[in-house]
Amino acid sequence: MPILIKGARVIDPGNLDRVSDVLISKGVIEAVQPAGTLESAGDAVEVIDGEGLWLTPGLIDMHVHFREPGQEHKETILTGSRAAVAGGFTAVATMPNTDPVNDDPAITTLMLNKAAEAGLVRLYPVAAISKGIKGEQLCEFGELKAAGAIGVSDDGRPVMNGQLMRRALEYAAAFNLLVVSHCEDLHLAEGGAMNEGANATRMGLGGIPNASESVMVMRDIALAQLTGARVHIAHVSTRESVAAIRKAKEEGVPVTAETAPHYFTLTDAAVEGYNTNAKMNPPLRSEQDRQAIRQGLADGTLDVIATDHAPHSVLEKEVEFDLAANGIIGLETSLPLSLRLVEEGVLTIEVLIQCMSTGPARILGLESGVRVGLPADLTLIDPAEVYSVNAADFRSKSRNTPFEGMQLSRAVMTIVGGKVVYDRKKDE
Amino acid sequence: MPLERKDILDIESLSQQEIQLILDTAESMKEISERPIKKVPTLRGKTVILFFYEPSTRTRMSFDLAAKRLSADSLSISANVSSLVKGETLLDTARTLEAMHPDVVVLRHAYSGAPRFLAGHLRASVINAGDGTHAHPSQALLDMLTVRQEKGTLEGLKIAIVGDIAHSRVARSNIEGFTKMGSQVVVAGPPTMMPRGIESLGAKVAGTIEDAVEGADVVMMLRIQKERQKRFAMATEREYACQYGLNRKRVSLAKPDAVILHPGPINRGVEITPDVADGPRSLILDQVTNGVAVRMALLFLVLGGSRNANSD
Repeated sequence: MPILIKGARVIDPGNLDRVSDVLISKGVIEAVQPAGTLESAGDAVEVIDGEGLWLTPGLIDMHVHFREPGQEHKETILTGSRAAVAGGFTAVATMPNTDPVNDDPAITTLMLNKAAEAGLVRLYPVAAISKGIKGEQLCEFGELKAAGAIGVSDDGRPVMNGQLMRRALEYAAAFNLLVVSHCEDLHLAEGGAMNEGANATRMGLGGIPNASESVMVMRDIALAQLTGARVHIAHVSTRESVAAIRKAKEEGVPVTAETAPHYFTLTDAAVEGYNTNAKMNPPLRSEQDRQAIRQGLADGTLDVIATDHAPHSVLEKEVEFDLAANGIIGLETSLPLSLRLVEEGVLTIEVLIQCMSTGPARILGLESGVRVGLPADLTLIDPAEVYSVNAADFRSKSRNTPFEGMQLSRAVMTIVGGKVVYDRKKDE
Repeated sequence: MPLERKDILDIESLSQQEIQLILDTAESMKEISERPIKKVPTLRGKTVILFFYEPSTRTRMSFDLAAKRLSADSLSISANVSSLVKGETLLDTARTLEAMHPDVVVLRHAYSGAPRFLAGHLRASVINAGDGTHAHPSQALLDMLTVRQEKGTLEGLKIAIVGDIAHSRVARSNIEGFTKMGSQVVVAGPPTMMPRGIESLGAKVAGTIEDAVEGADVVMMLRIQKERQKRFAMATEREYACQYGLNRKRVSLAKPDAVILHPGPINRGVEITPDVADGPRSLILDQVTNGVAVRMALLFLVLGGSRNANSD
């Protein structure tokens, strides 16, 4: 049935910011008109009252871990998809560090089939750079691309070998595959469990210096310069990385970058009390770094907000801090936390939607927008309603979040290909 | 005055008054160890489990003697010989212990924060006997007791702590403890062993061992571990001894009545020369004696004893 969304403020960066009526039919956007000018043609159209709501291009999270195959006790493609659409996302890119690793077209195909079965979010698998993400042998990028991979990454582990990274950039360019780099010098990070600094020293936890990230960011920028191939830097957490990427962009190096909501929301003070839900890699950094991340988003140095959604069960988190797994879930808190940046005046809503939709779409080579003829992937946000984050209500299979109890706003409806895949009213 | 807390997890969480209470209580416990019959019935019927996930001889013996001299039943478990620990999480271990109704669990653990984790899951009191590189409160308390006995006060003293500060829970707890009691702590060591932000605990960082020791009332040397070579924190033991070891010449920079402390076990000839370790200013063996008294005080106080109660 066609859908008519009436009277929502359409925010489509670079295209439109106006209270409008939007008609969706046969999976695509059929009309976008000023509010009050589109009338429903009788009972054959589902009308959604958009008054007071924001209607944006569907949000895209280009960095998630769905754990299937191999660690289904943490998340599955089905539960991850439910979490994604509940968070307002219409598309996600899944990282390859499953078990087995997504280094083979059969795994890529399995993921796509499972996502199709779930029928909720568009899933774009990122395959591995190296076999088994071991950093030894290049994967068959051509085969992986043919199976549906949208990019390659050894995420979860860095590509420590500079020669392998160079060749991966060159080879991926031949297939127009995006290379996503997890920047971490394992030698510098060795023995670390949190950000290096006074908090780590006081708590007696091993420190991970900012340089463990930024030296690899600088290496990858140099390799992008050398090869002319583009590189995307994952989960930027330090001020030095932001500065290096800013300078590289000024010089025209083909580099893009993402950060995650926890890096612009929290600092390493959140680890207090050995809170394993504040343990991730890269770690939460200092206030100076947090400010630099916010500035980097505001000035366009950082193109994308992505969650690094990393589900873990209590088995991996209710343990000694040193033994706890890295990572937190993010799909259901990403938009809410990002909306705070608008509220606090760090970003305009237009820049925020760039970071969460049109930006990642451009980098991944996808379409995103509220324009006639485009697939109807849309997100409806209620900026006025405030709710209290309650992990027990999450659709994700896991509960590892440090944001419990925060008062935030959120998405109320998610539409993928013209189909309502999430409706908060029906959900509650 | 009783101690109003279930657990002793670190020095950071103790107030100056609480430290004072523990030291005063320990003072009164010392005499018990000097009697011909070294036992009082104070903790009769109480169960103390000594849970040591890391090898330790002196701390475990010290807690064991402390429990026995107060007539508590003490039971010692080591991780390497215990089937309780094999493949079991700390949470399951906590639940198993809880089911046995101990009154106190003394925990030594390789990971920082483990005692706090255990304390959150146990009704019994938890005393931290050293966790990772975080804290070693009973060691800091016995060090403070030793210095207070010698100097009469902790106020206004200069305490030099020299060695691998980064990997030392003893250093962290002593910095926090002595600073709380009014001393000024100065730390020194190779920059490779100096953790970022140590100043935030209250310590001053000296550029050289000479600067740290100069005019000090107390010089505390830390044990250096050869394994530090693996991650490039030091070159050789020989060079370490030359650059950062305590010898007579360096001791002469301290106050004439300065005393020497070392938490043990000592690497003779590495961080400290034998003549200094065995010399007249060394209080290393007093530390061991005071360790039993401090641990008796901790067991007594966490089990609800009060300083003025008749401990006989």
